[in-house]
Amino acid sequence: MKQGKLFYYIPYGLWIALFVIAPVVLIVYQSFFNIAGHFTLSNYATYFHSGVYLKMTFNSVWYAFLITAITLLISYPTAYLLNQLKHKQLWLLLIILPTWINLLLKTYAFIGLLSRSGSVDSFLTFIGIGPKQLLFTDASFLFVATYIEIPFMILPIYNAIAELSPSYVNASRDLGASGWQTFSRVIFPLTLDGVKSGVQSVFIPSLSLFMITRLIGGNRVITLGTAIEQHFLVTQNWGMGSTIGVILIVAMVITMLLTGERKKKGRTRHAK
Amino acid sequence: MQSKLSGWSKAYLIIVFIILYAPILFLVMYSFSKGNTMSNFHGFTFAHYQTLFHDPRLIQIVLDTLIVALLSSLFATIIGTAGALGVYETRHRAVRQTVLSLNNILMVSPDVIIGASFLIFFTMLGLRLGFISVLLSHIAFSIPIVVLLVLPKLNEMNASMIDAAADLGANPWQTLTRVILPAIMPGIFSGFFMAVTYSLDDFAVTFFVTGNGFSTLSVEIYSRARQGVDLEINALSALWFLVSLLLIAGYYFLEQYNQGRKTKNRQQVEAVIK
Repeated sequence: MKQGKLFYYIPYGLWIALFVIAPVVLIVYQSFFNIAGHFTLSNYATYFHSGVYLKMTFNSVWYAFLITAITLLISYPTAYLLNQLKHKQLWLLLIILPTWINLLLKTYAFIGLLSRSGSVDSFLTFIGIGPKQLLFTDASFLFVATYIEIPFMILPIYNAIAELSPSYVNASRDLGASGWQTFSRVIFPLTLDGVKSGVQSVFIPSLSLFMITRLIGGNRVITLGTAIEQHFLVTQNWGMGSTIGVILIVAMVITMLLTGERKKKGRTRHAK
Repeated sequence: MQSKLSGWSKAYLIIVFIILYAPILFLVMYSFSKGNTMSNFHGFTFAHYQTLFHDPRLIQIVLDTLIVALLSSLFATIIGTAGALGVYETRHRAVRQTVLSLNNILMVSPDVIIGASFLIFFTMLGLRLGFISVLLSHIAFSIPIVVLLVLPKLNEMNASMIDAAADLGANPWQTLTRVILPAIMPGIFSGFFMAVTYSLDDFAVTFFVTGNGFSTLSVEIYSRARQGVDLEINALSALWFLVSLLLIAGYYFLEQYNQGRKTKNRQQVEAVIK
Protein backbone atom coordinates (compact mmCIF):
# COMPACT_ATOMS: atom_id res chain seq x y z
CA MET A 1 0.00 0.00 0.00
CA LYS A 2 3.08 2.20 0.08
CA GLN A 3 2.43 3.42 -3.44
CA GLY A 4 -1.21 4.17 -2.63
CA LYS A 5 -0.17 6.44 0.21
CA LEU A 6 2.15 8.43 -2.02
CA PHE A 7 -0.56 8.69 -4.64
CA TYR A 8 -3.00 10.09 -2.08
CA TYR A 9 -0.47 12.54 -0.75
CA ILE A 10 0.31 14.10 -4.12
CA PRO A 11 -2.80 16.35 -4.34
CA TYR A 12 -3.25 16.72 -0.59
CA GLY A 13 0.42 17.41 0.11
CA LEU A 14 0.46 19.94 -2.69
CA TRP A 15 -2.49 21.69 -1.05
CA ILE A 16 -0.71 21.74 2.33
CA ALA A 17 2.43 23.16 0.77
CA LEU A 18 0.75 25.76 -1.43
CA PHE A 19 -2.26 26.88 0.59
CA VAL A 20 -1.30 26.24 4.21
CA ILE A 21 2.46 26.64 4.58
CA ALA A 22 3.22 29.09 1.76
CA PRO A 23 0.61 31.71 2.78
CA VAL A 24 1.77 31.76 6.40
CA VAL A 25 5.39 32.08 5.29
CA LEU A 26 4.45 34.78 2.78
CA ILE A 27 2.55 36.92 5.28
CA VAL A 28 5.51 36.83 7.68
CA TYR A 29 7.90 37.56 4.79
CA GLN A 30 5.76 40.44 3.51
CA SER A 31 5.69 42.04 6.95
CA PHE A 32 9.40 42.86 6.55
CA PHE A 33 8.87 45.00 3.48
CA ASN A 34 7.85 48.63 3.40
CA ILE A 35 5.53 50.19 0.85
CA ALA A 36 8.44 50.83 -1.56
CA GLY A 37 9.42 47.15 -1.49
CA HIS A 38 12.59 47.46 0.60
CA PHE A 39 13.51 44.98 3.30
CA THR A 40 13.04 46.67 6.65
CA LEU A 41 11.98 46.24 10.25
CA SER A 42 10.24 49.60 10.18
CA ASN A 43 6.72 48.13 10.10
CA TYR A 44 7.27 46.55 13.48
CA ALA A 45 8.94 49.72 14.73
CA THR A 46 5.92 51.74 13.58
CA TYR A 47 3.59 49.29 15.22
CA PHE A 48 5.26 49.38 18.61
CA HIS A 49 6.19 53.06 18.68
CA SER A 50 3.19 54.84 17.26
CA GLY A 51 0.45 55.03 19.83
CA VAL A 52 -2.17 54.66 17.10
CA TYR A 53 -1.59 50.96 16.41
CA LEU A 54 -1.21 50.01 20.06
CA LYS A 55 -4.38 51.88 20.95
CA MET A 56 -6.18 50.19 18.07
CA THR A 57 -4.97 46.77 19.23
CA PHE A 58 -6.09 47.52 22.76
CA ASN A 59 -9.49 48.67 21.50
CA SER A 60 -9.84 45.59 19.35
CA VAL A 61 -9.03 43.28 22.25
CA TRP A 62 -11.36 45.24 24.54
CA TYR A 63 -14.31 44.97 22.14
CA ALA A 64 -13.60 41.30 21.46
CA PHE A 65 -13.59 40.80 25.24
CA LEU A 66 -16.92 42.64 25.60
CA ILE A 67 -18.49 40.64 22.78
CA THR A 68 -17.24 37.37 24.29
CA ALA A 69 -18.41 38.29 27.80
CA ILE A 70 -21.91 39.36 26.72
CA THR A 71 -22.24 36.30 24.48
CA LEU A 72 -21.21 34.03 27.37
CA LEU A 73 -23.67 35.68 29.79
CA ILE A 74 -26.54 35.11 27.37
CA SER A 75 -25.45 31.69 26.11
CA TYR A 76 -24.75 29.83 29.34
CA PRO A 77 -28.31 30.05 30.72
CA THR A 78 -29.68 29.35 27.26
CA ALA A 79 -27.55 26.22 26.87
CA TYR A 80 -28.50 25.10 30.38
CA LEU A 81 -32.23 25.61 29.84
CA LEU A 82 -32.13 23.95 26.42
CA ASN A 83 -30.82 20.82 28.08
CA GLN A 84 -33.93 20.67 30.25
CA LEU A 85 -36.30 20.62 27.30
CA LYS A 86 -38.04 17.72 25.65
CA HIS A 87 -36.90 17.30 22.02
CA LYS A 88 -33.72 19.16 22.92
CA GLN A 89 -31.95 18.07 19.72
CA LEU A 90 -34.61 19.83 17.68
CA TRP A 91 -34.29 23.03 19.72
CA LEU A 92 -30.53 22.91 19.34
CA LEU A 93 -30.96 22.59 15.58
CA LEU A 94 -33.09 25.73 15.69
CA ILE A 95 -30.28 27.55 17.51
CA ILE A 96 -27.75 26.44 14.88
CA LEU A 97 -30.01 27.19 11.90
CA PRO A 98 -29.28 30.96 11.76
CA THR A 99 -25.54 30.21 11.38
CA TRP A 100 -26.36 28.65 8.02
CA ILE A 101 -27.72 31.93 6.77
CA ASN A 102 -25.15 34.10 5.08
CA LEU A 103 -23.54 36.61 7.42
CA LEU A 104 -24.05 39.43 4.94
CA LEU A 105 -27.81 38.84 4.87
CA LYS A 106 -28.05 39.01 8.66
CA THR A 107 -25.97 42.16 8.74
CA TYR A 108 -28.08 43.66 5.99
CA ALA A 109 -31.24 42.87 8.00
CA PHE A 110 -29.84 44.90 10.87
CA ILE A 111 -29.10 47.83 8.59
CA GLY A 112 -32.77 47.85 7.68
CA LEU A 113 -33.89 47.46 11.27
CA LEU A 114 -31.58 49.99 12.86
CA SER A 115 -31.30 52.69 10.21
CA ARG A 116 -33.12 56.03 10.39
CA SER A 117 -36.79 55.42 9.64
CA GLY A 118 -36.12 51.70 10.20
CA SER A 119 -38.42 49.47 12.22
CA VAL A 120 -36.75 49.86 15.60
CA ASP A 121 -36.59 53.63 15.15
CA SER A 122 -40.30 53.76 14.30
CA PHE A 123 -41.05 51.64 17.33
CA LEU A 124 -39.06 53.94 19.63
CA THR A 125 -40.92 56.93 18.22
CA PHE A 126 -44.19 55.08 18.68
CA ILE A 127 -43.62 54.35 22.40
CA GLY A 128 -42.60 57.97 22.93
CA ILE A 129 -38.82 57.76 23.27
CA GLY A 130 -38.43 59.55 19.97
CA PRO A 131 -36.09 58.87 17.05
CA LYS A 132 -32.56 57.92 18.00
CA GLN A 133 -29.36 57.44 16.05
CA LEU A 134 -29.01 53.64 16.25
CA LEU A 135 -26.85 52.63 13.33
CA PHE A 136 -23.15 53.51 13.45
CA THR A 137 -22.94 53.44 17.23
CA ASP A 138 -20.73 51.30 19.46
CA ALA A 139 -23.84 49.77 21.03
CA SER A 140 -25.24 48.62 17.69
CA PHE A 141 -21.87 47.15 16.75
CA LEU A 142 -21.74 45.21 20.03
CA PHE A 143 -25.33 44.06 19.63
CA VAL A 144 -24.96 42.76 16.08
CA ALA A 145 -21.59 41.10 16.78
CA THR A 146 -23.09 39.39 19.83
CA TYR A 147 -26.12 38.30 17.81
CA ILE A 148 -23.90 36.65 15.25
CA GLU A 149 -21.64 34.90 17.74
CA ILE A 150 -24.30 33.54 20.13
CA PRO A 151 -24.87 30.15 18.40
CA PHE A 152 -21.12 29.48 18.36
CA MET A 153 -21.03 29.94 22.12
CA ILE A 154 -24.20 27.98 22.88
CA LEU A 155 -23.15 24.88 20.94
CA PRO A 156 -20.00 23.85 22.89
CA ILE A 157 -21.56 24.78 26.26
CA TYR A 158 -24.67 22.79 25.38
CA ASN A 159 -22.53 19.75 24.57
CA ALA A 160 -20.59 20.08 27.82
CA ILE A 161 -23.80 20.31 29.87
CA ALA A 162 -25.34 17.38 27.99
CA GLU A 163 -22.31 15.25 28.93
CA LEU A 164 -22.55 16.23 32.59
CA SER A 165 -23.90 13.29 34.55
CA PRO A 166 -27.06 14.31 36.47
CA SER A 167 -25.97 12.14 39.40
CA TYR A 168 -23.32 14.75 40.32
CA VAL A 169 -26.00 17.40 40.54
CA ASN A 170 -28.27 15.12 42.54
CA ALA A 171 -25.44 14.16 44.88
CA SER A 172 -24.65 17.80 45.47
CA ARG A 173 -28.30 18.54 46.29
CA ASP A 174 -28.53 15.49 48.58
CA LEU A 175 -25.49 16.66 50.48
CA GLY A 176 -27.25 19.93 51.21
CA ALA A 177 -25.71 22.33 48.71
CA SER A 178 -27.84 25.33 47.78
CA GLY A 179 -28.74 25.96 44.15
CA TRP A 180 -25.96 28.52 43.78
CA GLN A 181 -23.39 26.24 45.44
CA THR A 182 -24.34 23.37 43.14
CA PHE A 183 -23.89 25.66 40.17
CA SER A 184 -20.63 27.31 41.19
CA ARG A 185 -18.94 24.25 42.71
CA VAL A 186 -20.25 21.42 40.55
CA ILE A 187 -21.97 22.38 37.30
CA PHE A 188 -19.78 25.27 36.19
CA PRO A 189 -16.38 23.65 36.87
CA LEU A 190 -17.48 20.47 35.10
CA THR A 191 -18.61 22.36 32.03
CA LEU A 192 -15.60 24.69 31.92
CA ASP A 193 -14.19 22.91 28.86
CA GLY A 194 -17.28 23.84 26.90
CA VAL A 195 -17.02 27.44 28.05
CA LYS A 196 -13.36 27.52 27.03
CA SER A 197 -13.97 26.27 23.54
CA GLY A 198 -16.90 28.65 23.23
CA VAL A 199 -14.70 31.57 24.27
CA GLN A 200 -12.11 30.45 21.76
CA SER A 201 -14.55 30.25 18.89
CA VAL A 202 -15.99 33.69 19.67
CA PHE A 203 -12.95 35.70 20.75
CA ILE A 204 -10.71 35.03 17.74
CA PRO A 205 -13.31 35.91 15.07
CA SER A 206 -14.30 38.98 17.11
CA LEU A 207 -10.73 40.27 16.93
CA SER A 208 -10.77 39.99 13.17
CA LEU A 209 -14.26 41.28 12.34
CA PHE A 210 -14.10 43.78 9.56
CA MET A 211 -17.32 43.92 7.61
CA ILE A 212 -19.67 44.55 10.53
CA THR A 213 -17.39 47.28 11.84
CA ARG A 214 -18.07 49.21 8.66
CA LEU A 215 -21.69 48.41 7.87
CA ILE A 216 -23.02 48.55 11.43
CA GLY A 217 -20.33 50.32 13.44
CA GLY A 218 -19.59 52.96 10.78
CA ASN A 219 -15.86 52.30 11.33
CA ARG A 220 -16.02 53.93 14.76
CA VAL A 221 -14.35 50.85 16.16
CA ILE A 222 -11.26 49.79 14.22
CA THR A 223 -10.47 46.16 14.91
CA LEU A 224 -7.32 44.34 13.84
CA GLY A 225 -9.36 42.84 11.01
CA THR A 226 -10.46 46.26 9.75
CA ALA A 227 -6.89 47.52 9.87
CA ILE A 228 -5.65 44.57 7.79
CA GLU A 229 -8.41 45.03 5.24
CA GLN A 230 -7.73 48.78 4.96
CA HIS A 231 -4.00 48.26 4.49
CA PHE A 232 -4.42 45.56 1.87
CA LEU A 233 -7.32 46.88 -0.15
CA VAL A 234 -7.39 50.64 0.42
CA THR A 235 -3.96 52.09 1.20
CA GLN A 236 -2.15 49.18 -0.53
CA ASN A 237 0.45 49.10 2.25
CA TRP A 238 0.76 45.32 2.29
CA GLY A 239 3.81 45.35 4.54
CA MET A 240 2.01 47.10 7.36
CA GLY A 241 -1.11 44.99 6.77
CA SER A 242 0.99 41.83 7.04
CA THR A 243 2.62 43.12 10.22
CA ILE A 244 -0.81 43.52 11.81
CA GLY A 245 -1.66 40.09 10.41
CA VAL A 246 1.33 38.61 12.22
CA ILE A 247 0.19 40.37 15.42
CA LEU A 248 -3.27 38.85 14.92
CA ILE A 249 -1.78 35.37 14.44
CA VAL A 250 0.21 35.83 17.67
CA ALA A 251 -2.95 36.98 19.48
CA MET A 252 -4.74 33.91 18.11
CA VAL A 253 -2.04 31.53 19.32
CA ILE A 254 -2.06 33.16 22.79
CA THR A 255 -5.85 32.83 22.99
CA MET A 256 -5.66 29.17 22.00
CA LEU A 257 -2.97 28.47 24.58
CA LEU A 258 -4.97 30.23 27.30
CA THR A 259 -8.19 28.41 26.53
CA GLY A 260 -6.48 25.05 26.26
CA GLU A 261 -6.65 22.27 23.72
CA ARG A 262 -9.83 22.59 21.82
CA LYS A 263 -11.85 19.49 21.25
CA LYS A 264 -12.74 19.11 17.62
CA LYS A 265 -16.40 18.51 17.88
CA GLY A 266 -19.21 19.21 15.54
CA ARG A 267 -19.20 22.28 13.43
CA THR A 268 -16.33 24.67 13.72
CA ARG A 269 -17.71 27.25 11.39
CA HIS A 270 -17.16 30.81 12.48
CA ALA A 271 -19.03 33.95 11.99
CA LYS A 272 -16.43 36.00 10.34
CA MET B 1 -41.73 22.44 26.42
CA GLN B 2 -41.46 20.44 29.59
CA SER B 3 -43.38 21.66 32.58
CA LYS B 4 -40.43 21.57 34.98
CA LEU B 5 -39.12 24.84 33.55
CA SER B 6 -40.32 27.84 35.48
CA GLY B 7 -42.14 30.71 33.82
CA TRP B 8 -39.04 32.89 33.90
CA SER B 9 -36.93 30.24 32.22
CA LYS B 10 -39.48 29.78 29.48
CA ALA B 11 -39.71 33.54 28.97
CA TYR B 12 -35.91 33.73 28.74
CA LEU B 13 -35.70 31.02 26.10
CA ILE B 14 -38.56 32.56 24.14
CA ILE B 15 -36.80 35.93 24.12
CA VAL B 16 -33.55 34.35 22.91
CA PHE B 17 -35.37 32.61 20.08
CA ILE B 18 -37.25 35.79 19.14
CA ILE B 19 -33.99 37.75 18.98
CA LEU B 20 -32.35 35.03 16.89
CA TYR B 21 -35.16 34.87 14.35
CA ALA B 22 -36.70 38.35 14.28
CA PRO B 23 -34.10 39.95 11.96
CA ILE B 24 -34.39 37.13 9.44
CA LEU B 25 -38.18 37.22 9.47
CA PHE B 26 -38.21 41.02 9.09
CA LEU B 27 -35.94 40.69 6.10
CA VAL B 28 -38.24 38.19 4.42
CA MET B 29 -41.41 40.08 5.35
CA TYR B 30 -40.29 43.38 3.84
CA SER B 31 -39.37 41.71 0.57
CA PHE B 32 -43.15 41.75 -0.02
CA SER B 33 -43.64 45.39 0.99
CA LYS B 34 -44.60 48.08 -1.48
CA GLY B 35 -42.46 50.74 0.20
CA ASN B 36 -38.77 51.43 -0.21
CA THR B 37 -37.57 51.06 3.37
CA MET B 38 -37.81 48.38 6.01
CA SER B 39 -40.45 50.13 8.11
CA ASN B 40 -44.22 50.49 7.94
CA PHE B 41 -45.36 47.61 5.79
CA HIS B 42 -46.98 49.30 2.77
CA GLY B 43 -49.00 46.46 1.36
CA PHE B 44 -48.26 43.22 -0.41
CA THR B 45 -46.42 43.06 -3.73
CA PHE B 46 -44.19 40.78 -5.78
CA ALA B 47 -42.60 43.80 -7.50
CA HIS B 48 -39.19 43.34 -5.89
CA TYR B 49 -39.06 39.75 -7.08
CA GLN B 50 -39.90 40.91 -10.59
CA THR B 51 -37.07 43.46 -10.51
CA LEU B 52 -34.81 40.71 -9.25
CA PHE B 53 -35.60 38.37 -12.12
CA HIS B 54 -35.11 41.17 -14.65
CA ASP B 55 -31.68 42.12 -13.34
CA PRO B 56 -29.23 40.33 -15.69
CA ARG B 57 -26.19 41.40 -13.65
CA LEU B 58 -27.61 39.89 -10.49
CA ILE B 59 -28.64 36.67 -12.24
CA GLN B 60 -25.11 36.37 -13.64
CA ILE B 61 -23.72 36.78 -10.12
CA VAL B 62 -26.08 34.12 -8.74
CA LEU B 63 -24.92 31.73 -11.49
CA ASP B 64 -21.25 32.54 -10.82
CA THR B 65 -21.76 31.96 -7.10
CA LEU B 66 -23.37 28.57 -7.72
CA ILE B 67 -20.69 27.53 -10.22
CA VAL B 68 -17.91 28.45 -7.80
CA ALA B 69 -19.70 26.63 -4.95
CA LEU B 70 -20.28 23.40 -6.90
CA LEU B 71 -16.91 23.29 -8.68
CA SER B 72 -14.87 24.15 -5.60
CA SER B 73 -16.77 21.58 -3.52
CA LEU B 74 -16.20 18.91 -6.13
CA PHE B 75 -12.44 19.50 -6.21
CA ALA B 76 -12.25 19.93 -2.44
CA THR B 77 -14.10 16.64 -1.93
CA ILE B 78 -11.73 14.75 -4.26
CA ILE B 79 -8.55 16.22 -2.75
CA GLY B 80 -9.91 16.02 0.80
CA THR B 81 -10.92 12.37 0.42
CA ALA B 82 -7.48 11.56 -0.98
CA GLY B 83 -6.01 13.41 2.02
CA ALA B 84 -8.14 11.43 4.46
CA LEU B 85 -7.06 8.15 2.79
CA GLY B 86 -3.44 9.27 3.02
CA VAL B 87 -3.76 10.13 6.71
CA TYR B 88 -5.59 6.84 7.34
CA GLU B 89 -2.78 4.82 5.84
CA THR B 90 -0.10 6.78 7.67
CA ARG B 91 0.84 4.56 10.59
CA HIS B 92 3.56 6.82 12.02
CA ARG B 93 1.88 8.66 14.89
CA ALA B 94 3.95 11.84 14.85
CA VAL B 95 3.61 12.26 11.08
CA ARG B 96 -0.13 11.73 11.34
CA GLN B 97 -0.46 14.33 14.09
CA THR B 98 1.63 16.85 12.14
CA VAL B 99 -0.45 16.39 9.01
CA LEU B 100 -3.68 16.79 10.98
CA SER B 101 -2.41 19.95 12.69
CA LEU B 102 -1.47 21.42 9.32
CA ASN B 103 -4.91 20.39 8.06
CA ASN B 104 -6.59 22.35 10.85
CA ILE B 105 -4.64 25.59 10.42
CA LEU B 106 -7.07 26.97 7.85
CA MET B 107 -10.03 26.02 10.04
CA VAL B 108 -8.94 28.10 13.01
CA SER B 109 -7.34 31.01 11.12
CA PRO B 110 -9.40 34.18 10.92
CA ASP B 111 -10.74 34.81 7.43
CA VAL B 112 -8.91 38.10 7.13
CA ILE B 113 -5.59 36.29 7.49
CA ILE B 114 -6.58 33.63 4.95
CA GLY B 115 -7.77 36.30 2.51
CA ALA B 116 -4.73 38.55 2.89
CA SER B 117 -2.20 35.71 2.66
CA PHE B 118 -3.91 34.21 -0.40
CA LEU B 119 -3.88 37.65 -2.00
CA ILE B 120 -0.11 37.89 -1.48
CA PHE B 121 0.28 34.34 -2.80
CA PHE B 122 -1.75 34.88 -5.99
CA THR B 123 -0.06 38.20 -6.67
CA MET B 124 3.40 36.62 -6.32
CA LEU B 125 2.36 33.85 -8.72
CA GLY B 126 1.25 36.57 -11.13
CA LEU B 127 -2.26 35.13 -11.28
CA ARG B 128 -4.91 37.56 -12.44
CA LEU B 129 -7.54 38.04 -9.74
CA GLY B 130 -10.99 36.83 -10.74
CA PHE B 131 -12.83 33.56 -11.21
CA ILE B 132 -9.73 31.34 -10.98
CA SER B 133 -8.35 32.95 -7.81
CA VAL B 134 -11.77 32.78 -6.11
CA LEU B 135 -12.23 29.15 -7.16
CA LEU B 136 -8.76 28.15 -5.93
CA SER B 137 -9.35 29.90 -2.57
CA HIS B 138 -12.70 28.18 -2.09
CA ILE B 139 -11.17 24.79 -2.89
CA ALA B 140 -8.37 25.54 -0.43
CA PHE B 141 -10.51 26.49 2.55
CA SER B 142 -13.02 23.66 2.01
CA ILE B 143 -10.47 20.82 1.95
CA PRO B 144 -9.84 20.56 5.74
CA ILE B 145 -13.52 20.06 6.61
CA VAL B 146 -13.81 17.27 4.01
CA VAL B 147 -10.80 15.53 5.58
CA LEU B 148 -12.31 15.88 9.05
CA LEU B 149 -15.65 14.43 7.93
CA VAL B 150 -14.24 11.53 5.87
CA LEU B 151 -11.55 10.40 8.34
CA PRO B 152 -13.96 9.14 11.07
CA LYS B 153 -15.79 7.02 8.48
CA LEU B 154 -12.45 5.44 7.49
CA ASN B 155 -11.68 4.72 11.12
CA GLU B 156 -15.13 3.18 11.61
CA MET B 157 -14.64 0.95 8.58
CA ASN B 158 -13.79 -2.67 9.28
CA ALA B 159 -10.11 -2.91 8.27
CA SER B 160 -10.30 -6.65 7.67
CA MET B 161 -12.48 -5.91 4.65
CA ILE B 162 -9.41 -4.49 2.92
CA ASP B 163 -7.36 -7.59 3.76
CA ALA B 164 -10.21 -9.77 2.59
CA ALA B 165 -10.36 -7.91 -0.72
CA ALA B 166 -6.60 -8.33 -1.18
CA ASP B 167 -6.80 -12.05 -0.29
CA LEU B 168 -9.52 -12.52 -2.86
CA GLY B 169 -7.24 -11.06 -5.49
CA ALA B 170 -8.46 -7.50 -5.84
CA ASN B 171 -5.87 -5.01 -7.04
CA PRO B 172 -5.46 -1.73 -5.07
CA TRP B 173 -7.71 0.17 -7.49
CA GLN B 174 -10.50 -2.41 -7.15
CA THR B 175 -10.12 -2.38 -3.37
CA LEU B 176 -10.46 1.39 -3.39
CA THR B 177 -13.46 1.66 -5.69
CA ARG B 178 -15.34 -1.49 -4.65
CA VAL B 179 -14.62 -1.66 -0.92
CA ILE B 180 -13.26 1.53 0.61
CA LEU B 181 -15.19 4.22 -1.27
CA PRO B 182 -18.64 2.62 -0.82
CA ALA B 183 -17.94 2.24 2.91
CA ILE B 184 -17.02 5.90 3.39
CA MET B 185 -19.57 7.37 0.96
CA PRO B 186 -21.71 8.99 3.70
CA GLY B 187 -18.65 10.89 4.94
CA ILE B 188 -17.82 11.99 1.40
CA PHE B 189 -21.36 13.28 0.89
CA SER B 190 -21.30 15.20 4.19
CA GLY B 191 -17.93 16.63 3.19
CA PHE B 192 -19.25 17.79 -0.17
CA PHE B 193 -22.30 19.32 1.47
CA MET B 194 -20.25 21.21 4.06
CA ALA B 195 -17.92 22.44 1.31
CA VAL B 196 -20.93 23.85 -0.56
CA THR B 197 -22.13 25.65 2.57
CA TYR B 198 -18.64 27.00 3.28
CA SER B 199 -18.40 28.35 -0.23
CA LEU B 200 -21.86 29.94 -0.26
CA ASP B 201 -21.24 31.39 3.17
CA ASP B 202 -17.88 32.97 2.52
CA PHE B 203 -17.51 36.70 2.27
CA ALA B 204 -14.15 37.73 3.69
CA VAL B 205 -11.79 35.52 1.68
CA THR B 206 -13.63 36.19 -1.59
CA PHE B 207 -13.59 39.91 -0.84
CA PHE B 208 -9.79 39.83 -0.74
CA VAL B 209 -9.07 37.66 -3.76
CA THR B 210 -11.73 38.77 -6.21
CA GLY B 211 -10.78 41.31 -8.82
CA ASN B 212 -12.93 43.96 -10.39
CA GLY B 213 -14.64 41.79 -12.96
CA PHE B 214 -15.86 38.93 -10.81
CA SER B 215 -18.24 38.96 -7.89
CA THR B 216 -20.12 36.53 -5.69
CA LEU B 217 -23.42 37.18 -3.95
CA SER B 218 -21.91 38.06 -0.56
CA VAL B 219 -19.55 40.57 -2.10
CA GLU B 220 -22.35 42.04 -4.23
CA ILE B 221 -24.65 42.40 -1.20
CA TYR B 222 -21.83 44.08 0.68
CA SER B 223 -21.31 46.71 -1.98
CA ARG B 224 -25.06 47.31 -2.33
CA ALA B 225 -25.64 47.40 1.43
CA ARG B 226 -23.11 50.20 1.75
CA GLN B 227 -25.51 52.34 -0.25
CA GLY B 228 -28.41 51.60 2.09
CA VAL B 229 -31.56 49.53 1.99
CA ASP B 230 -32.81 48.20 -1.34
CA LEU B 231 -35.79 45.86 -1.13
CA GLU B 232 -34.52 43.95 -4.15
CA ILE B 233 -31.86 42.61 -1.80
CA ASN B 234 -34.64 41.60 0.59
CA ALA B 235 -36.22 39.57 -2.18
CA LEU B 236 -32.86 37.97 -2.93
CA SER B 237 -32.36 37.26 0.79
CA ALA B 238 -35.74 35.60 1.05
CA LEU B 239 -34.88 33.28 -1.84
CA TRP B 240 -31.46 32.56 -0.39
CA PHE B 241 -33.02 31.84 3.00
CA LEU B 242 -35.29 29.31 1.28
CA VAL B 243 -32.28 27.66 -0.40
CA SER B 244 -30.44 27.49 2.95
CA LEU B 245 -33.47 25.84 4.55
CA LEU B 246 -33.62 23.27 1.74
CA LEU B 247 -29.90 22.56 2.11
CA ILE B 248 -30.25 22.05 5.87
CA ALA B 249 -33.28 19.82 5.39
CA GLY B 250 -31.31 17.83 2.80
CA TYR B 251 -28.35 17.45 5.11
CA TYR B 252 -30.60 16.49 8.02
CA PHE B 253 -32.33 13.76 6.01
CA LEU B 254 -28.99 12.51 4.67
CA GLU B 255 -27.78 12.12 8.26
CA GLN B 256 -31.02 10.43 9.32
CA TYR B 257 -30.75 8.08 6.35
CA ASN B 258 -27.16 7.19 7.24
CA GLN B 259 -28.11 6.58 10.86
CA GLY B 260 -31.00 4.42 9.73
CA ARG B 261 -28.79 2.46 7.36
CA LYS B 262 -26.24 1.91 10.09
CA THR B 263 -28.77 0.45 12.52
CA LYS B 264 -30.28 -1.64 9.74
CA ASN B 265 -26.86 -3.05 8.84
CA ARG B 266 -26.18 -3.81 12.46
CA GLN B 267 -29.51 -5.58 12.79
CA GLN B 268 -28.71 -7.67 9.71
CA VAL B 269 -25.29 -8.58 11.09
CA GLU B 270 -26.82 -9.50 14.42
CA ALA B 271 -29.43 -11.61 12.69
CA VAL B 272 -26.70 -13.49 10.83
CA ILE B 273 -24.70 -14.06 14.02
CA LYS B 274 -27.73 -15.45 15.78
